[in-house]
Amino acid sequence: MTGNSAKALVLPLGVLVALEVWARATHLQSDSLAPPSEIVMALFGAFADLSILAATRDTLFSAFTGLAIGTIIGLAFGIAFGIFDTFNRLMEVTVEAIRPIPSIALLPIALIALGFGYRMEIVIVAFACVWPVLILSRAAVRSIEPRLMEVARALRLPPAQRVWKIIIPAALPRIFVAFRLSAGIALIVAVTVEIAINPLGLGAGIMLAQQALRPDLMLAYLVWIGIIGYALNILLTVAQRRLFGRAALSGDSP
Amino acid sequence: MASAAKRLEAISGMPAPQIRFDAVTLQLGGKTIIEDLSLGVQPGEFLCIVGASGCGKTTALRLAAGLYQPTSGKVNFDGQPMREPRREIAIVFQDYGKALLPWRTAAGNVSLALEAGGMPSAERPARIEELLRTVGLPGHAGKYPSEMSGGMQQRLQIARCLAQEPKTLLMDEPFGALDAMTRQGLQDEVLSLVAASGATVIFVTHDLDEAIYLGDRVIGLLPHPGRIGIELSVNLPRPRDQLSTREHPEFLRLRRQLFDFIKASEH
Repeated sequence: MTGNSAKALVLPLGVLVALEVWARATHLQSDSLAPPSEIVMALFGAFADLSILAATRDTLFSAFTGLAIGTIIGLAFGIAFGIFDTFNRLMEVTVEAIRPIPSIALLPIALIALGFGYRMEIVIVAFACVWPVLILSRAAVRSIEPRLMEVARALRLPPAQRVWKIIIPAALPRIFVAFRLSAGIALIVAVTVEIAINPLGLGAGIMLAQQALRPDLMLAYLVWIGIIGYALNILLTVAQRRLFGRAALSGDSP
Repeated sequence: MASAAKRLEAISGMPAPQIRFDAVTLQLGGKTIIEDLSLGVQPGEFLCIVGASGCGKTTALRLAAGLYQPTSGKVNFDGQPMREPRREIAIVFQDYGKALLPWRTAAGNVSLALEAGGMPSAERPARIEELLRTVGLPGHAGKYPSEMSGGMQQRLQIARCLAQEPKTLLMDEPFGALDAMTRQGLQDEVLSLVAASGATVIFVTHDLDEAIYLGDRVIGLLPHPGRIGIELSVNLPRPRDQLSTREHPEFLRLRRQLFDFIKASEH
């Protein structure tokens, strides 16, 4: 394991060293590139003056709030569509018509309606997060072992308990996968909105660094966003394994 | 034909049946699965249903459970029409692996039936422990179904059904997937559980020996469409015993009769 991860680090480290050597050798003067050492220094600087921490807070607040809202909406509709086939067929055309709209295309409307700031960004993130959760939780509910639904009927479990005690736990491992997908999307969309127009968060930080002709700082932001996305994914993967290791296994076996 | 059950009742002078099929026909997807089935099951009776595969024995059980509604005819429980499943009727499914909640422990699976019945949470643990002890699973409360053998999982499902305090227990080939030793052990346990609770049982099986060993009465269904082909009363002394009951001349006579019936029904 350690041997493997050590091997996996050889190439990226090699590339970094090569870039550093190349930048120093050519006395790199660029608006878009900077030697790795300067990027690291810029990152430390941004931490020292707390600017990157404030930006991170803003971006994550928007991303997570949007993710939470989108997940709740997607889950509610996904479960309802999964249970009530008639409802699903009624809504199918509507869903398929709205779903392909790129979330970022809502930006102009959201901007007019809500102005700059968190609310507009949260709405766009939420819109993007609804779909994976809706589609996957609908599929998850539909693929619940029919025998379990018969057990629920035979026990005369009331409808609310049926959803809470059978449907949601049975579908939860797959719903969590959808949540993980949406979490990644939330971060991407939040940063995109900030780069495009919203003057806050990490995306705005990148734009500011670019306009200030600071490629080192711009790339430092980029590296930091990568680190956050990577950490988020690891966190959710570990959580998934911890929470659903058993359920996922026994749910798959006949 | 509709009055067949009534006539039987008048002749035998027995009490009103707990479950009654009155000229029940069921069509699914344009195919007639069960045709004109009339049948009464007395309170406390142990009725076994056998038949070649595809004869509709499981379907008959699902009709009794209220999971299917007849296309024509009536299914009554305690004199009332069955429109949906009832709490007094518990079903033991053959595929215990699919009928148990994999994310709940043994105790949690039993608890589900108590929760559905609205038992306050403070009273549940004692009842769960008692039920698990009844089915021979004391000390396994914290195990997940995936950590239990097939026999234990089926015991657990039976415990969950007993938690409903059912008047009627419907069992759909409950031991079909278990090995012979486990199966015999569970047969005897079901007999003593049923004797203790006085529940009515409809037991579907493809094992003719099992049907005679357990039942007060055995019904053999004919396939395409499912209808009653033979009805045998089992006058073997209780409690039954795996060795002496199976060696009883009456047992052997019934076994021969049932085997001949099944053989003939397959042609």
